[in-house]
Amino acid sequence: MSDLNQKMVEKYKGNFLQEVINNVEEGETMKMCMQCGVCSGSCPLGPHWEYPPQHIFMLIRAGKRDEVLNTDSFWNCTSCYNCIARCPRGVQITHVMHGLARYQKVLGLAPKNQPTEKFSQLFWDNLVQKGRVNELKLGLSLYFMNGFGEGIKTALKNQKLGMAMMKAKRMNPAEMFGGHGVKDPAGFQKMVKKAHELEAARIAGEES
Amino acid sequence: MADEMKVAGYICTGCGIGDRLDAGQLEMIATREGRIASCKQHEFLCSAEGVKMIKDDIDSGEATHLMIAACSRRAKTDAFSFGEIPMARANLREGVIWIRPEDPEQDETTQEMADDYIRMACNEVKQMNKPERSGEQELNKNILVVGGGVTGMTAAIEASKAGYPATIVEKSDHLGGALAGFSKKVPSKAPYAEPEDTGIAEMIAAIEADDTITVHLNSKLAKTSGAPGRFVAEIEGAGVTSEFGAIIQATGFTPYDANNLPELGYGKTPDVVTQLELEALVKDADGAIKRPSDGKEVESVVFVQCAGQRSTKENHLEYCSGFCCTTSIKQAMYFKEANGDINTTILFDDLRTPGAAGEDFYRAGQEAGVTFRKGKVSEVDGSLNVKFDDLILGMEDNIQPDLVVLATGMVPNSGVNIEAIAPKDDEEAEAGEQTENDDVVAVIDAESILNLDYRQGPDVPQLVNGFTDSHFICFPYETRRTGIYTAGPVRRPMDVEQAKSDAMGAAMKAIQAAENAALGRAAHPRSGDLSFPKFRLEGCTQCKRCTVECPFGAINEDEKGYPQFNEARCRRCGTCMGACPVRVISFENYNIMTVSEQIKNVDIPDEFDEKPRILVLACENDAYPALDMAAATGKIEYSAFARVIPVRCLGSVSTIWIQESLDSGFDGVVLMGCKKGADYQCHFVKGSEMAHYRMGKIGDTLETLSLEKERVAIYEVAITDIEKAPQYINDMAATIEEIGMSPFKF
Repeated sequence: MSDLNQKMVEKYKGNFLQEVINNVEEGETMKMCMQCGVCSGSCPLGPHWEYPPQHIFMLIRAGKRDEVLNTDSFWNCTSCYNCIARCPRGVQITHVMHGLARYQKVLGLAPKNQPTEKFSQLFWDNLVQKGRVNELKLGLSLYFMNGFGEGIKTALKNQKLGMAMMKAKRMNPAEMFGGHGVKDPAGFQKMVKKAHELEAARIAGEES
Repeated sequence: MADEMKVAGYICTGCGIGDRLDAGQLEMIATREGRIASCKQHEFLCSAEGVKMIKDDIDSGEATHLMIAACSRRAKTDAFSFGEIPMARANLREGVIWIRPEDPEQDETTQEMADDYIRMACNEVKQMNKPERSGEQELNKNILVVGGGVTGMTAAIEASKAGYPATIVEKSDHLGGALAGFSKKVPSKAPYAEPEDTGIAEMIAAIEADDTITVHLNSKLAKTSGAPGRFVAEIEGAGVTSEFGAIIQATGFTPYDANNLPELGYGKTPDVVTQLELEALVKDADGAIKRPSDGKEVESVVFVQCAGQRSTKENHLEYCSGFCCTTSIKQAMYFKEANGDINTTILFDDLRTPGAAGEDFYRAGQEAGVTFRKGKVSEVDGSLNVKFDDLILGMEDNIQPDLVVLATGMVPNSGVNIEAIAPKDDEEAEAGEQTENDDVVAVIDAESILNLDYRQGPDVPQLVNGFTDSHFICFPYETRRTGIYTAGPVRRPMDVEQAKSDAMGAAMKAIQAAENAALGRAAHPRSGDLSFPKFRLEGCTQCKRCTVECPFGAINEDEKGYPQFNEARCRRCGTCMGACPVRVISFENYNIMTVSEQIKNVDIPDEFDEKPRILVLACENDAYPALDMAAATGKIEYSAFARVIPVRCLGSVSTIWIQESLDSGFDGVVLMGCKKGADYQCHFVKGSEMAHYRMGKIGDTLETLSLEKERVAIYEVAITDIEKAPQYINDMAATIEEIGMSPFKF
């Protein structure tokens, strides 16, 4: 168990709802959930979740911290926003799901080898380099996500598609070398650094 | 009124009546066959001019009785309103031209229909007399309120505000009832976010400051006798006997006995309490709420909803008490208000927070951080371990709080269940009714509340689960004892605000009853009717059926066993008239003869004419308007062979009418009344049920006449059944086609 996780357990003493409200984006909207289940019914991937959104909300209220923080359920959210559009109580379900996933990762409890979790990390790492997503590199890093041999195989399989995209000027091989970025890279890095500092300060506040 | 009867007939030719029917022929039938003194036609009878014509005839003495052949008796009632002058209405519009298709081939039977309605109306009105008030009672504006809780106090205050002095009889030594023991109540005003003051102190102060409200504490009713306008109540404890115009029974509820719930830990530990016990705990708390066993400050509390309620287990209540979910939210907020960190969990099966206020208050509870879990509690043990099934997560779970609160329900204080103690040795009680109660051999230990000196028992009748009987849809406060109104949780489970509005309604009804009684007028649904049943005692066989079958306990017995009628208790349904085997009961404007004469004067064609006749006796409250509305659609038809006679209630139908009609050659009889049973819609509560019971025995009559039993059919019809009601008539026409015409056509 990470230090932070341990500290949170001690701090909230079973009041997991409060912990979620304080640490998860839009978490306070969850208070108004009336357990109608429209979110679960609206979720296109709902049946594949270990706990659909309605159950996650119920587990949170019931103080079932371990169940919630050890599931990979919210990583399945595709951000289709059906649930938010339909929730009669204004619960920001999609945001809460992503917030829970993030909080789980912050606590060091994110599931291992969860594909969405892996991709999210690759996306972030790619993005923070230049402030713009380098699609060629992101694509390639996906190919090689599961090992070098696997990567070569996938690349060869998609050879034809790649050539066609190049012809249609949909893919620029020059992106491999540097690639495009935001106008003010230094400013961008400063911004990311500041955001990290703010988050660190918030967590330190939580810990104290 | 002139001594000589002069029946004046008026035939309206408006609304297409004149185009579809031969009005000249109708007029001739009225004067020659109906033998009425005069008959006039008018092209727009309900116009000011037409009405003036009728009024002039009345004023000049040319008309003492009226036969109006126009639209249904339910239409144009404002225009055709001539006081108590006896009036029969031949329904030519809804009853004939609107319900029959415009088709030359049908004209003959349509005209015959109209001809018959003219004959029927002319002969009906001759049997009617002008009703007059009995003068049995004068105006008594005093209202007796039984029970000094929030319902009773509201009723007394409202009556007093309207200028009617009220007397409260309260058995305990203080006013306020259950609410007096509450810390706060569920909010009554927007935004419905926080528990509010009970307001009991203000109400008590208002009553004490009011000269027209008398309060008798530590008292109860030793005896109540009389009728609306002249109730006499002996008030034990206060030692007074007073007269009242009307009575409001606001005797409230007794909390359900939680000792029946050992599985929920009640009695095993003092830390399992009921909602009412928690109110006391909170009221007495000085700051933090502490648990009873060791005085530890409560840090976590669990509310168990539906404790001993909505359950068919022995000694449980079958019903939902309706107030307990919002009460638990309120009580959870007591804890949250004291300390936001206290864990409050409400374990519910279905969370029911009635009304907009309830929904807002539920949201306020969510905002305050109350945890709601849908779960069924299986056990609470002595160490407060609450075991339950979480119905959302589909898993067993348990919580161990510092305090468990059980949401137990309300048991009405309705006194003695008089139907359970109906005298079994009385042969007429068995011959009479209450078939569903035949197996009831209940031992009653309840104490009577009203101690009514009525032949029918000491308290008002109950419907189900001990709550007092009232017509739930149309007349919620009216009990089956006219002039006695129940309000609050004695009538149905309810919360404080509902009880208050209930009390206001009952107060208004009580005032109305007192005023009506003074004028000799009926209460609902025949509001304003001055006629009342008269008993030709020399013909009475003292069979007591009228006294037993009257749904309203209007009839006592005198020392000799003859019926002793109380006009102001009567609702004028005529169930006594339908019950009387020797036909000695009649109303001035409605009696055995008014209907008999209609039946006898229908023209019965020869057997070989292939024109059957169907007698339809339709309840004037629901079935008759349903037929009228069917006609008004312009799309629905029923057989031209039907002759519809409205009756006050199916309970007033005498079997002699059925016998006479079949004897005289009618081929079928259709009876239409309201829904009966525990969810009845009968406007006279038991009338329809009585009719069904009596018609169940009509088979013998048919057998002696060697007639098929299919020739008599009885149905339950609601006012909305505008397709079903005509269909039942058409079904009978089809049945007659199948089994053939009646052999009794002469």
